[in-house]
Amino acid sequence: MRASPALACVVPPRYLAAERQRERRLMPRFQPIDFYEFDALLSEEERLVRDTVREWVDDNLLPVIEHATIERRFPKELIPQMAELGIYGANLPEEYGCAGLNSVAYGLIMQELERGDSGIRSFASVQGALCMYPIFAFGSEEQKRSWLPRMARGEVIGCFGLTEPDYGSNPAGMRTTARQDGNGWVLNGAKMWITNGSMADIAIVWAKTGDVDDVASIRGFIVPTKARGFSARDQKGKLSLLASDTSELALQDVRVGPESLLPNSGGLKGPLSCLTQARYGIAWGAIGAALACFDEALRYSKERVQFEHPIGATQLQQLRLVEMLTAITQAQLLTLQLGRLKDRGTARPQQVSLAKRANVSMACDIAREARRLLGANGILVEYQAMRHMANLESVYTYEGTHDIHTLILGQELTGFSAF
Amino acid sequence: MKIVTCIKRVPDTEARLKIAAGRDIDAAGLKFIISPYDEFAVEAALQLREAKGGGEVIVVSVGEAAAAEQLRAALALGADRAVLLEAPPTLDGLVTARALAAELKDANADLYLFGMKAADDDQQQVGPMVAELLGLPCVTVVAELELGDGKILCHREVEGGIEVVEAPLPAVVTITKGKYEPRYPSLKGIMAAKKKPLEEKEAAAGPSRVRLLDLSHPPERPPGKVVGQGADAVPELLRLLREEAKAL
Ligand SMILES: Cc1cc2nc3c(=O)[nH]c(=O)nc-3n(C[C@H](O)[C@H](O)[C@H](O)COP(=O)(O)OP(=O)(O)OC[C@H]3O[C@@H](n4cnc5c(N)ncnc54)[C@H](O)[C@@H]3O)c2cc1C
Repeated sequence: MRASPALACVVPPRYLAAERQRERRLMPRFQPIDFYEFDALLSEEERLVRDTVREWVDDNLLPVIEHATIERRFPKELIPQMAELGIYGANLPEEYGCAGLNSVAYGLIMQELERGDSGIRSFASVQGALCMYPIFAFGSEEQKRSWLPRMARGEVIGCFGLTEPDYGSNPAGMRTTARQDGNGWVLNGAKMWITNGSMADIAIVWAKTGDVDDVASIRGFIVPTKARGFSARDQKGKLSLLASDTSELALQDVRVGPESLLPNSGGLKGPLSCLTQARYGIAWGAIGAALACFDEALRYSKERVQFEHPIGATQLQQLRLVEMLTAITQAQLLTLQLGRLKDRGTARPQQVSLAKRANVSMACDIAREARRLLGANGILVEYQAMRHMANLESVYTYEGTHDIHTLILGQELTGFSAF
Repeated sequence: MKIVTCIKRVPDTEARLKIAAGRDIDAAGLKFIISPYDEFAVEAALQLREAKGGGEVIVVSVGEAAAAEQLRAALALGADRAVLLEAPPTLDGLVTARALAAELKDANADLYLFGMKAADDDQQQVGPMVAELLGLPCVTVVAELELGDGKILCHREVEGGIEVVEAPLPAVVTITKGKYEPRYPSLKGIMAAKKKPLEEKEAAAGPSRVRLLDLSHPPERPPGKVVGQGADAVPELLRLLREEAKAL
């Protein structure tokens, strides 16, 4: 602190210029249309959680995302900020250093993050739903106490290795193995398309401990990425999720101790239950991306003048906007009910499949239509629509492709498996 | 160190306000926030408590029952407890100040912080009035606070410079946009807020002697004039600036 004279005096202006940057609360903030009084269905706490993350996204994520996209890098500077807010594993209990939020509040966080960028939401989904959740659900008490608080603080970053080069939609076929060695394990195999793969401190690796066709022998392992024989390589050439680390993992005789095994994992239902958590978040996230595109398109339609009137004054563009509003409103109500079911403990994975499938498809359509409404500007990175449009193609594919969710629901309806 | 911060529930500064029946703001569907200057004051209180390594931050609001939402938001930011003094809305700053003074006269706080003004009615009255009613020294429009021994140093941004003013504690200070960038509430803080005490009681508020007669939007600005394009337009622009706008 500076020494201050007791009497009034005048010192040179020190922070007058910086002052302008402090107008955070007085700057425009994202305020989407709430056509069906959706907000009234939320508790005060749920709204406060959403508005907090919404403001953080406006202030900190949106200003960096354009460059991160062009430079094809994950904006790592956001990691500690999200940790400080308490975003990672926010729906897990307070005793493990998490916020203990309900599912709806958690979903609203995902919505706001993806309103910024699917890549940032992916980071948070992987850290929370795909890495912290399996430790919480299948880990020993010791593992939970050792890992979860550090992961909540963003000191340990995780990645989730399920997909393999030859086993995407069909993870049951995985070839990665874990063999008992003394009281530890030796892992061998390759994982592909792994979000956070190159920057992670630990990987949750799913591997078969038995025969290659023994699906029940699939177990989860917490593998430190600095272990000998573990390597990660950035996936080059992506045209989607540019602000996200997607990597290939190779495990060559990676030796880990017994404390690495998630003791309560067994069979495919382990990784699938993680995916249900993450898919739930994605269902909300897709609404966020759609809201961003809709908001941008609506603004643009009022400002862009052609043939002496705003393009928003034409029936064709109004149709586009009305379709967007309708689809978003439907998705909000559907997803909120899913969240309420989840909080009641009665949500089923098939219901999560329906929401992931419907919402991501909806968001893909809206992003594309928004991009078209924006004309040539719509292909620029300064606008959001095309970034979201490209991102959402990954979201459409990961966490169970749109088709796979169709098959899950088809089986649910008819009883016939059509995989 | 005990710090009381007074906050007001106001319509979101982002909201497009509608006027209901020509008399008041239409609150339907409107989002409300802690008045931004009050939020600076909350941040100042939290930073002082943190610098001291302990103490208590109490947030107090005079307003309708709904203002509990803003008090809980302040608890989520880190305040320790909250008091809501329920009263109908008033434009009479003295009514609000009296209600606060009645509550605070036995509070024995070291510091009473206010926003320099409320973002809705912009009257800048309540802080100084409370100081007067409590017989405390008052410094207004302060950008940064510094704790001294039994005193507070207030940095004020004045035209072309910064003034440092000292006052003995307890004191009343009104805060402006300056050092105190409001933090985000942490999600844990939001959860913890539910468990913190929020006392609700009737305000000792007298009748308002000031009342609102009319509320209207400012007249629409006339559209701008395009005088031409490129260098050719400069002479005409200069002529207009000189003759019509009389700016040159
Ligand atoms: C950016 C990105 C990040 C990812 N992050 C992760 C991660 O962190 N961890 C992880 O484990 N994985 C991750 N994945 C992998 C993702 O989950 C897989 O890509 C996905 O499961 C699909 O697998 P695949 O790409 O091998 O496609 P395939 O399974 O080969 O599918 C190709 C096509 O065939 C269709 N298809 C497949 N089976 C059937 C069938 N029976 N009937 C009809 N159609 C079918 C699919 O719908 C698709 O259209 C990520 C992927 C991407 C793109």
